[in-house]
Amino acid sequence: MELALSDVRGHSLDLNGIGHAFGATVALDEINLTVAAGELIALLGPSGCGKTTMLQIIAGFLRPSKGEVRFDGARVEHIPANRRRIGMVFQNYALFPHLTVFENVAYGLRARKTANAEVTAKVEQMLGLIQMAAFARRLPGELSGGQQQRVALARALAIDPGLVLLDEPFSALDKNLRLDMQIEIKSLLKTFGVTSIIVTHDQEEALSMADRIVVLNKGRIEQIDSPDALYDRPASLFISSFIGHTNLLRGTVTETDRVLLDAGPEIDLGRSVQRRRGTPVTISVRPENIAFGTERPGAIPVTIRTTVPLGAVSVTEGVTTSGEAVKISQARAAGIAKAQAGETAWLAITDTSRVSIFSTPVDDFTKHQQRSV
Amino acid sequence: MVPAGTNASRQLLPVIPLAVLFLAAFVLPLAALVLVSLFRDPQFSGLSLVQYLRFISDPFSLKVLSDTLWLGAEVALAALVLAYPLALVYVASGPFMRTLITFLIMLPLLTSTVVRTFAWIVILGRDGIINSAMLSLGLWQAPARLLYTWEGMVLALTQIQLPLMALPVINSLLRLDGNLTRAAEGLGASRARIFLTVILPLTLPGAIAGWLLVFAAAATAFITQTLVGGGRIILMPSYIYQQAVGVQDWPFSAALSLIFTLAVTGIVFAVGALSRRYLRGVDAA
Ligand SMILES: Nc1ncnc2c1ncn2[C@@H]1O[C@H](COP(=O)(O)OP(=O)(O)O)[C@@H](O)[C@H]1O
Ligand SMILES: [Mg+2]
Repeated sequence: MELALSDVRGHSLDLNGIGHAFGATVALDEINLTVAAGELIALLGPSGCGKTTMLQIIAGFLRPSKGEVRFDGARVEHIPANRRRIGMVFQNYALFPHLTVFENVAYGLRARKTANAEVTAKVEQMLGLIQMAAFARRLPGELSGGQQQRVALARALAIDPGLVLLDEPFSALDKNLRLDMQIEIKSLLKTFGVTSIIVTHDQEEALSMADRIVVLNKGRIEQIDSPDALYDRPASLFISSFIGHTNLLRGTVTETDRVLLDAGPEIDLGRSVQRRRGTPVTISVRPENIAFGTERPGAIPVTIRTTVPLGAVSVTEGVTTSGEAVKISQARAAGIAKAQAGETAWLAITDTSRVSIFSTPVDDFTKHQQRSV
Repeated sequence: MVPAGTNASRQLLPVIPLAVLFLAAFVLPLAALVLVSLFRDPQFSGLSLVQYLRFISDPFSLKVLSDTLWLGAEVALAALVLAYPLALVYVASGPFMRTLITFLIMLPLLTSTVVRTFAWIVILGRDGIINSAMLSLGLWQAPARLLYTWEGMVLALTQIQLPLMALPVINSLLRLDGNLTRAAEGLGASRARIFLTVILPLTLPGAIAGWLLVFAAAATAFITQTLVGGGRIILMPSYIYQQAVGVQDWPFSAALSLIFTLAVTGIVFAVGALSRRYLRGVDAA
């Protein structure tokens, strides 16, 4: 809907079968991705999963070991970085420390031998957009983190790029400023109508900014989906715990639509779990999909450990008889009696259609995650 | 409780040998030099500033000083021009090539100046490597005069002093954030533009440090200047030697030494101060 305000001028991007290895380290493997012109994509994944490598391949700083990169359908692997017209915002901003804010933003225009009057006009326009006109003569070292970041973005956008790549642009900012900058930068990118890829390891950032999210894990794409779909229908156990908070409970399939939890009750999922009877499974239940209830079939008994008020919601943590930790998130306003530590409570799953089922046993998954982070 | 004074003097204890050495080998000789330079004549017959006036009013002496400073500047500039490509290759290389380049750069430092200088005499001499090669290839009709020339001297000094330039330049290139050159490239800059607008300005502190080291080393390189430059090129080190040992005019040679020392250190400090003043935003190290 915001797109309607401006015309789309970005490239479309295709990655076909991209793979990259640094010596024996495989950083990327079989990456297939299509990004529509004007789309804002988040590339989400834990540290070391290959996000920066992927951006460097798109930007042309790195030649992929295999696969194709296409802008608007045309292959570009042979085109050097300085002829790709890509606006890149680096993790550490990489502003030229010896040049003023004005000269930083002007850099790409001067490199293109733009006439002086045009350079001045364009830089002033960009500085106006990011509300930094008063800082034109400052050096980057004399700016705050948020200001440096805005300058880095203005410098990238000044060359009218077909594609903007942002590598963890908010990681150096403190939390309050981060949200402001996310909103500001998203609206700037959308106003420009430029195709953008924003790299992050922060799932909230990805959920709040992107049209679609690409989840990367160990050099492979795990899922490409809208923020809602990713949250409600995670394709893997990795994603279900990487995106938002979740509770993982072990169990065994008893009927086509039933799972007997190690924590006690048998849960009716209201749909086929598509696994054979006796298969060990892990179900993923979001904290806000659990409510306190009474003792009845399907309710999970837990011993309350602690309750933490977090602004609008309060999160209660309990532990099941099988020793699994469970978090329950409730709106605080409701006049529910606060569960006391040490008490036994009965938990009910509010909406079983939003429970995800995976085959991987929790223990293996936890180990694997610890290794990869 | 140990009294504070005792504590402080204990901390100073380890520096005492160095302080004694500094006093004996630098401060005392310098003081002696100042004293000797103030005598009116070689017979030490009275104090006066006449030696300094003699230097200032003598065009020959002034020319020797300016030639010497110019030699230092020229050698340092030549070394700078050679050091950048070398440093860029070094930074772009893998671990093996880096070790090899480091070894090649350090090699001259591991041999004595006399040996290196004689190697240049062998290369540049009338029957030296260059002349015999050019003659046998038929490119030259007669042996060219390479040894005992200004250019030969600059060449030899440049090679001999190159490590002093290459090491600081490599060091500042290594500390340059790779994302800065990538940012420039992504913004459309050519290699030449990236070098001139990003790499050079940001590695200037290292380049200036190297330039000053080579400048001072080349201007004062008595052995190489004398052996490769020959007797006809008179520069401050050989001039001082000649006045002291040849003419036995100790007061004048002492004055020459002090003037030369002041000129070299003055230039080093002036260039250092100017670069700190003008390199805004570049972190000098
Ligand atoms: N220049 C390099 N040389 C060798 N290995 C590298 C290089 N760059 C990245 N890697 C490796 O490739 C993997 C992916 O790195 P990267 O793309 O930087 O991850 P991310 O940006 O997601 O944190 C990591 O295992 C990293 O160690
Ligand atoms: Mg990274």
